[in-house]
Amino acid sequence: MRRTRHAQHKPRSRPRPARSESRRVGLAGRLKTHLLRHAQVFFYTLGQLSRRPTSLLMTAAVIGIALALPTGLHVVLKNAQQLSGGWDEASQISLFLQRGTADSQARRLVSQLEEHPRIRRVHYLSPEEALAEFQRLSGFGDALDTLEENPLPAVVVVQPRLQRNDPATTEALLDELREDPRVDLARLDVQWVKRLYAIMDILRQGVYVLASLLALAVLLVVGNTIRLAIQNRRDEIVIIKLIGGTDAFIRRPFLYTGFWYGLFGGIIAWLLVSISLWILNGPVQKLAALYQNSFTLTGLNTQTTVGLLISGILLGLVGSWIAVGRHLRDIEPG
Amino acid sequence: MIRFTATSKRYPGGYEALSNVNFYIPAGQMAFLTGHSGAGKSTLLKLIALLERPSRGQVFINNQNLARISRRRIPYFRRNIGIIFQDHQLLFDRTVFDNVALPLIIAGQPRGEVDRRVRAALDKVGLLGKEKAYPITLSGGEQQRVGIARAVVNKPPLLLADEPTGNLDPTLSTEIMRIFEDFSQVGVTVLVASHDLALISSLPYRRLTLEQGRLSTDSDPAE
Ligand SMILES: Nc1ncnc2c1ncn2[C@@H]1O[C@H](COP(=O)(O)OP(=O)(O)O)[C@@H](O)[C@H]1O
Ligand SMILES: [Mg+2]
Repeated sequence: MRRTRHAQHKPRSRPRPARSESRRVGLAGRLKTHLLRHAQVFFYTLGQLSRRPTSLLMTAAVIGIALALPTGLHVVLKNAQQLSGGWDEASQISLFLQRGTADSQARRLVSQLEEHPRIRRVHYLSPEEALAEFQRLSGFGDALDTLEENPLPAVVVVQPRLQRNDPATTEALLDELREDPRVDLARLDVQWVKRLYAIMDILRQGVYVLASLLALAVLLVVGNTIRLAIQNRRDEIVIIKLIGGTDAFIRRPFLYTGFWYGLFGGIIAWLLVSISLWILNGPVQKLAALYQNSFTLTGLNTQTTVGLLISGILLGLVGSWIAVGRHLRDIEPG
Repeated sequence: MIRFTATSKRYPGGYEALSNVNFYIPAGQMAFLTGHSGAGKSTLLKLIALLERPSRGQVFINNQNLARISRRRIPYFRRNIGIIFQDHQLLFDRTVFDNVALPLIIAGQPRGEVDRRVRAALDKVGLLGKEKAYPITLSGGEQQRVGIARAVVNKPPLLLADEPTGNLDPTLSTEIMRIFEDFSQVGVTVLVASHDLALISSLPYRRLTLEQGRLSTDSDPAE
């Protein structure tokens, strides 16, 4: 109406440059107004939320806990991976030599092995040394003394040069060493490392499954909260529709509300994980000390923190987008 | 400005609230829509504001066939109509200023413009100085005037009012009508639905009467 009326009255022969210039200024001005409105709604929704801190906190806490679970598990896995890196190095091959192998033969084998490209370190235990160590560790000291003959073979302990996270190469080395005629028995203590990797793989998949399920839960929580907010403001929505508010205009405050829920949820999740790690760090260090290992739990790095906050915000936005999309159409004036 | 051609409205459930209504209101005219309760007055206004769609026939506003306006375009269309209700439809958690400013904010007007126009609109309805008040602290007549200020703040060429004086005493009702007359004077098309025959008869404007959804009389004292 007014629009078309203006169009009719617009002089058609108006000079072009003036027109485009006024248009550009108008566009910039409108953009500025638009951004200003966005900023206003942005902080207005925050103000609205902060008027009811308990309900904001409760919703954000639910989101926070849901986000904290997979994040926490992720961090624990990362730490376990780091630890298992250490265990990797601890994996070693024990070569029990044929009985009756002369000391000199054994020493030659050791120097051969020391040249081997896939071997990092070699440690030789003569039968006597092996017996002494066994006595020390087993506590059967006196009982063994009664034996007439040393029953233990010479042992060469081989520390493989490890390709990270790949037990397969170690096994190839094992097969190679087993072929040596001087070797009676070769044993690789790697089974438990493999199992650990398998368990960590499962846990890693578990993190994804858990994260997906909990993301869904966050969407539902945000969606439901926004649905209630929409119902509470039903009259306002009707009025705004009546005086020409677009869906985008009506959607905006709810989207920003979802944004804030998501952000606060992310912050709460960060706090929960950080506090848990802080609490766990003491006992973990004590445990590590028992294994003559100095190990500190790695906390949330920047990447994880940013990822966590962005996930929270995105889930908040998407959850409210879905809720608004579903419920806005139902509210019509008339 | 407003044209109904063989327009009918049947609500879901089968009740025909408007049957074969034909009339034309030229731009700038002020007219009353009367009839008993349930005659179809509100329904007719809803068809104009695209709050309902006709089941048969057409509605043209400013030569635009409303059937051609998609759902997405409705908000922009409504910005050209000022709508006033009996139950003022104000936001009670916002000040008078914010209530009146809403249509301008929706339309994306810059702040200075909003300030200027809100004040002008409040001035027109005699409420300048009440900007910071909350609607709940105002009398019924004042609330109605806030509703009018909001309806006209955007300077729409068409003003619709549904029982705007429903809850007001005769003096206040006359005052409200005078405000509408003022707008009519400056070229705004005004259509007021009311069953207050005493009030309407005292004013020299065209009167469309509905009876059970049919346009029974169309009298214009000016002719
Ligand atoms: N949404 C609706 N659904 C069904 N019937 C309706 C609806 N709105 C109004 N009606 C019916 O249409 C008729 C006309 O109503 P209305 O236009 O409100 O009349 P008026 O405003 O003149 O009192 C009434 O009988 C009313 O019950
Ligand atoms: Mg009515």
